[in-house]
Amino acid sequence: MNALKIARYQVRDVMRSRWVLLYGIFFLLLTDALFRFGGTGERVLLSLMNVVLIAIPLVAVVLGTMYLYGSREFTELILAQPVRRRSLFLGLFAGLGLPLTLAFVLGTGLPFWAHGGMAGGGWLPLTLLLGTGVALTLIFASVAFLVALSTEDRIKGLGFSLGVWVFFTVVFNAMVLLGIYLLSDYPVERGVLALSLLNPVDLGRILLLLSFDISALMGFTGAVFRRFFGSGLGQGVAISALVVWLIVPFALGLRRFNRKNF
Amino acid sequence: MAMIQIHELSKRYGRLQVLDNLSLEVERGQCTAILGPNGAGKTTLVKSILGLVRPESGRITVDGEVVGTDPEYRRGIGYMPQIARYPENLTGREIIRMIRDLRGNPDGIDETLVTELRMEAELDKPFRTLSGGNRQKVSAVLAFLFHPDLLFLDEPTAGLDPVASSVLKDRILAERDAGRTIVLTSHVMAEVEELADTVVYLLDGRIHFQESVRDLIGGSGEQTLERAIARRITARVVA
Repeated sequence: MNALKIARYQVRDVMRSRWVLLYGIFFLLLTDALFRFGGTGERVLLSLMNVVLIAIPLVAVVLGTMYLYGSREFTELILAQPVRRRSLFLGLFAGLGLPLTLAFVLGTGLPFWAHGGMAGGGWLPLTLLLGTGVALTLIFASVAFLVALSTEDRIKGLGFSLGVWVFFTVVFNAMVLLGIYLLSDYPVERGVLALSLLNPVDLGRILLLLSFDISALMGFTGAVFRRFFGSGLGQGVAISALVVWLIVPFALGLRRFNRKNF
Repeated sequence: MAMIQIHELSKRYGRLQVLDNLSLEVERGQCTAILGPNGAGKTTLVKSILGLVRPESGRITVDGEVVGTDPEYRRGIGYMPQIARYPENLTGREIIRMIRDLRGNPDGIDETLVTELRMEAELDKPFRTLSGGNRQKVSAVLAFLFHPDLLFLDEPTAGLDPVASSVLKDRILAERDAGRTIVLTSHVMAEVEELADTVVYLLDGRIHFQESVRDLIGGSGEQTLERAIARRITARVVA
């Protein structure tokens, strides 16, 4: 109950900040432009995919870190009330997660609806794209909370958050490729499979490419995924791994929040 | 029974022992000032009682309830933090409404400070546009909102103009006279002398002394609390 009350006011606060509005407008203009430049629904989805996989983690992790640092004194105020720490944590998380989710889903969904986008392929691919985007939003917001709760120094925290983003979007894949190259004489497929479960961005990419059924763009991990699991099971595994990603950073953040000195 | 009972409380940040096996009782219906040099552990002590800081060891009870994971004991507590910062885009009125929502106190609320501090116009502006003094005033309103039996005021008048500061001090005295317990920290000794009944002096995370303001001044032969405390501390060091 208290979590909902806190979330309501935090949502109001976040909605009034320009960041979230700009974020929503960004997706709105981008999706609309992709349609106008002659895209069919499927092609728009594909172009959007890379933006979703790169921009969403960046925005969620940076805004999440700044948001939690900015809520420090507010947190003290609320914790001096008869409110459990768990309720406050949930309220803070929902207060950021809901506006970001809403901005992304509306910003992307409205143009699709307006242009009658998915006439041919059905709405499932779009739903998957939106779902992946929301999952990445919440995952990277949790990671941001975890970072902000672990470091008192705001600049360090923000730097670390950016580092996490660079790692998952760029460094991770480079490392996997390097590993495959160096170990090309050995059967490394299973290892690569296990590794890709450790990267939510990679999981998002695999999930979307399996459902769009575009092998050419799948990359090594995606191809291994499909060969190993087949498309259907592969999607199931990717979704399950994303769910684990949704739970673990959040739970770690909550644990830290419960023990923290404010 | 004392309002606050603290038994062998210890807290360290890394290598720094902020509170060192500290025991303390705060009497009901009094105004107690917690004093001490910077870094003596004043804020940490107050935050431990509020449950904001998790101590390593020791036991705190507030009005008989043990401070732990159950937040209910805080229903009777009002807190005015040293720095007042709230969600930037919300107005003072929205913050007050939110705290009311969270508390859901049935006994009604006390918004008289809003008029006394002349804040009506300020309450409708978003927080980011408020000056430091006005933010501090919102904090004061929030602390007194629910007729709390126990009030923690961390540097309550810092940043306030003389008029607002006087209003707040009158209010503190009125609450004490109505039987409420008040714990405050301050660097202005004249203010402590005006408001406090008892002084608790912290040094290196321990209680250096705890004494009534009257005895402190009377026993020292000095005219002011500031002089009396200075003499008391140097005397200890020499001895």
